[in-house]
Amino acid sequence: MKKKTLDPLSEKENQNLSKISSDKLISKTPSGPISSKWTNHKNSINLVNPANKRNIDIIVVGTGLAGSSAAASLAEMGYNVKTFCYQDSPRRAHSIAAQGGINAAKNYQNDGDSVHRLFYDTVKGGDYRSRESNVHRLAEVSTNIIDQCVAQGVPFGRDYGGLLDNRSFGGVLVSRTFYAKGQTGQQLLLGAYSAVNRQIGKGKIIPYNRHEMLDLVKVEGKARGIIARNLETGKIERHSAHAVVIASGGYGNVFFLSTNAMGSNVTAAWKIHKKGAFFANPCYTQIHPTCIPRSGDNQAKLTLMSESLRNDGRIWVPKNIEDVKSIRAGKLMPTEILEENRDYYLERRYPAFGNLVPRDVASRAAKERIDAGFGVNKTEEAVYLDFSSAIERYGKQEAAIARIKNPTNAEIIILGEKIVESKYGNLFQMYEKIVAENPYKTPMMIYPAVHYTMGGVWVDYNLMTTVPGCYCIGEANFSDHGANRLGASALMQGLADGYFVLPYTIGDYLSEDIRTGPISINSEEFDFAEKNVTDKLDNLLSIKGKKSPDYFHKKLGKVMWEYVGMSRNEKGLKTAIKEIKLIKEEFWKDVRILGDRKSLNPELEKAGRVSDLLELGELFAKDALNRNESCGGHFREESVELDGLQKGEAKRDDQDYSYVSAWEFNKEPSEAILHKEHLEFNDIELKQRSYK
Amino acid sequence: MDLKLKVWRQKNREDRGRLVDYNVAGISENSSFLEMLDILNEQLINQNIEPVSFDHDCREGICGMCSLYINGEAHGPDRKVTTCQLHMRMFNDGETIYIEPWRSSAMPVIKDLIVDRSAFDRIQQSGGFVSVNTSGSTQDANALPIPKMNADKAFDVAACIGCGACVATCKNSSAMLFVAAKVSQYAYLPQGQVERKQRVLNMVEQMDKEGFGNCTNTGACEIECPKSISIEYIAKMNREYLSASISSEE
Amino acid sequence: MAQNLASSSIGRKVLMALSGFFLMVFLLQHFSINLLSVIDDNLFNEVSHFMGTNPLIQLVLQPILILGFMFHLFMGIYLDFKNNTARPIKYAMNKPSANSNWMSRNMIISGLMIFLFLGLHFYDFWFPEINTKFIKGDWTGLHDGEYRYWQELNHKFHDLWRVIIYCISFIFLSLHLLHGFQSAFQSAGFNSNKYTPVIKLASNIYAIAIPFGFIFIALFHYINYII
Repeated sequence: MKKKTLDPLSEKENQNLSKISSDKLISKTPSGPISSKWTNHKNSINLVNPANKRNIDIIVVGTGLAGSSAAASLAEMGYNVKTFCYQDSPRRAHSIAAQGGINAAKNYQNDGDSVHRLFYDTVKGGDYRSRESNVHRLAEVSTNIIDQCVAQGVPFGRDYGGLLDNRSFGGVLVSRTFYAKGQTGQQLLLGAYSAVNRQIGKGKIIPYNRHEMLDLVKVEGKARGIIARNLETGKIERHSAHAVVIASGGYGNVFFLSTNAMGSNVTAAWKIHKKGAFFANPCYTQIHPTCIPRSGDNQAKLTLMSESLRNDGRIWVPKNIEDVKSIRAGKLMPTEILEENRDYYLERRYPAFGNLVPRDVASRAAKERIDAGFGVNKTEEAVYLDFSSAIERYGKQEAAIARIKNPTNAEIIILGEKIVESKYGNLFQMYEKIVAENPYKTPMMIYPAVHYTMGGVWVDYNLMTTVPGCYCIGEANFSDHGANRLGASALMQGLADGYFVLPYTIGDYLSEDIRTGPISINSEEFDFAEKNVTDKLDNLLSIKGKKSPDYFHKKLGKVMWEYVGMSRNEKGLKTAIKEIKLIKEEFWKDVRILGDRKSLNPELEKAGRVSDLLELGELFAKDALNRNESCGGHFREESVELDGLQKGEAKRDDQDYSYVSAWEFNKEPSEAILHKEHLEFNDIELKQRSYK
Repeated sequence: MDLKLKVWRQKNREDRGRLVDYNVAGISENSSFLEMLDILNEQLINQNIEPVSFDHDCREGICGMCSLYINGEAHGPDRKVTTCQLHMRMFNDGETIYIEPWRSSAMPVIKDLIVDRSAFDRIQQSGGFVSVNTSGSTQDANALPIPKMNADKAFDVAACIGCGACVATCKNSSAMLFVAAKVSQYAYLPQGQVERKQRVLNMVEQMDKEGFGNCTNTGACEIECPKSISIEYIAKMNREYLSASISSEE
Repeated sequence: MAQNLASSSIGRKVLMALSGFFLMVFLLQHFSINLLSVIDDNLFNEVSHFMGTNPLIQLVLQPILILGFMFHLFMGIYLDFKNNTARPIKYAMNKPSANSNWMSRNMIISGLMIFLFLGLHFYDFWFPEINTKFIKGDWTGLHDGEYRYWQELNHKFHDLWRVIIYCISFIFLSLHLLHGFQSAFQSAGFNSNKYTPVIKLASNIYAIAIPFGFIFIALFHYINYII
């Protein structure tokens, strides 16, 4: 891509950046000591009586962990629920791909864990950019999640005594992660899906699968329904409700290549943003350190290797650049490099946490080595994740258990490989299928990839957006993870929101709606919203240009990765904003979509999603430009420690940036208006995150 | 590598459909099968031909969305993988590849290679759950220890991704491996005991209503299952069903 | 309950297995007696006479056997028909050999071949037997003052073509049993890591030993005749 010299931001844009009107952001955080906020809040908010719940309809868009758990819980409480997902079944939402585990402050391992410690780790891990009260609530309900899931029949990993087993994950010093092999997300989602099925069987949930929400309908300022497209028949449908819950996941696909599913998109979140919901911290993106490297240009997605691998795997690159070159040329095997010629750079730089530093730190450290020329594969974008010492350690342990005296090396390796297989077998198999190398024998190659988006729709303590009656849960909201999410916290947050938070807080709003009665779908507002949707689809189809939606998506992804990726600077961000605008213009002139809108048409679906991602991309870069500090997943080259022990590490600026950036839509993304929610930390002292 | 493709094209549920020949060239053997189809579609769009519709989503073998019958086998010639994890290194340069949708009257074709698997959802809705409310005040997760072997077995069957390869591959279009997986998961866990009998009766009844064929124990499903679920669990379901229908008082 | 054992898919499959078990027990019994014809013709005659004239066997077990057989046959045909309709459009390209063996996929073919063979077998033995006993009323089992059973058996195998047809039919029986024996256990719910290998071994022994034993008997009588 050509780099162009760019004008600085226009004056108008600069004005927007400095315009602050946070009076629109009322977080509704309850008062009182942090440990009793949630209890007090539950005790004081309004409830809806069971007989009235039968007269209230709720729409849930998205059926991942957050959406499914919310739908099931709301239906159990008595509300009439409609679920929407673009997949052919609720069970296929991308929560299913989460591998490693779910955190909970159960302290089953007796290693000093507690609600407070989980709260503290999450706020610290999020680099002090999350709302303290929300995080504490998350830590409080985390223990219920495990009880709930076990009661549903989720087969968590267990020890020989029949009790639940735990793993440790990056950024923490305790073992609090519950897991089901490398398929924790799948098992949790199937648990929530089974709860949904139970309610479908009872007629309390009506599932609309292969449906995509294309707009939010507001009546008298309140969210009262959605316009959805039946993806099989192409029919545009109107659905009304007393409240709309958006649980449509993250927007990592703005980078084209990510660990998200192919269909993951920002459309639902973006549509409510355009209808008045503020979008918060779009620039907070998590780049996951352990993904399988790219193999070529036609690659459509990146595959994650669970962070849990860092429990047993050691990350390294060769110390000598000559060795790197020989490996790339195929003249040297990584196993032939002697121990003293390996650079275990995480252990070197962060002795306290070693290979278990948080994801953002691990990713940047990998980038540092690769930028220095130590990338070990042909595309020069990989580092090693090596299990040989874990295999040896486990092998010796097993030999001792089996009372084998003086075991041979071969025996140790066989025994050790068995243990590693029982822990990570499915991941190793997946790696072997994709890369065609045996990770038991030769170290895995990994590279960072876009994984999770901490930013999202702004919500108050009740999880309501700035549009009354419109809620946002799970990854789709700006969430409890601040600027960086700790491993195994996404599943926790999705289920916490859906099972234990939203079902209570939504009553506070709906208690005023018990006399409203059914919402008509024949109002002007529905007419107008439907017309907008059909116009946009017709518009897309009428362009009849030359290039596929994927072409534009890939182009957007390249700009995002280059300028708004793991490390960002002012010049690059300004370039990105300009480039994205150009791509957007080109898209609306030259996209080619074959077929029509009245039948199943995946290209039309893609085009709609790409058009929204293009708009989001612009806001994303604008937000990154505004935040001239390094925090969590957001790394600004202008803001690093210049000396001392932390030299070269990210430098946070609490003086100027201890706030949530909530953007109000205003004609187009570059005109968005910034609102600030100032973050207060009463129970945690703000410190530099040190993993040294 | 260059390939000749024979792809099933069908406009909608009513259309009769047919196999259409396409050629693709210059495919890397490190590409996945679906990336090869992406390239085909890009090529078709350039030629103003409507691209081939196929189901796919996570592309890492877990969501169960992808579903192609490739060269006479569900998810293609590789084992223990879904179509999205099938790589082109499994094929030879110049090879002809047949790409068809799952075939079963209970899973009709919607368009091209996309089928309707809602029958699976309905089977689950008939009993594939534990009736526990999401109150958060259930008993402590460690109050009921579960023998590791049972927990592991429950996990082995819970690994089912609901892709439908078992149905597609079975000569009788039987869904028994899928149903057995769900029935067995709950039968192995203490939480599933209360509804154990009614669950298997209801789920089997729904399965029969959907029009799936009967199992004749050919064992094809366990070979093609991307998650290697064993037909040992079909035997388990048979046991569960027998004991439930003999002892059920309804 | 809307469904009962006989109308559910699993119930039917279990009934197929149970009738299969029953037929396999019968087959073992049939084989054991036939084997006596090779060892000792007098013993064979005596046992045959007992089986042919015992009222419990003739009037109770024989009808049950016929019913069991008919059930196995018609249910098998019905299920095969239903299974076929579950896939109205076949694959243009299918590679079933990649994941299953011929025997398991073609039980209907091997089964129908056995049924056809039984037509000949009945024509050879069962109809004359019924004719002698129930129509003519001759329950003595004697022919020219001697037991007729061994002679009749031996006589049938003088004909080369009949021997060839019998042998081919027994091969189909073997194919049917190779899948049927172990499949019946699976259908009835017996499958465990511990016992399944034993069942499979027993299945293979039974499915090969019995049909080839029958072939041996047929050849024994034929060779005995020509030399």
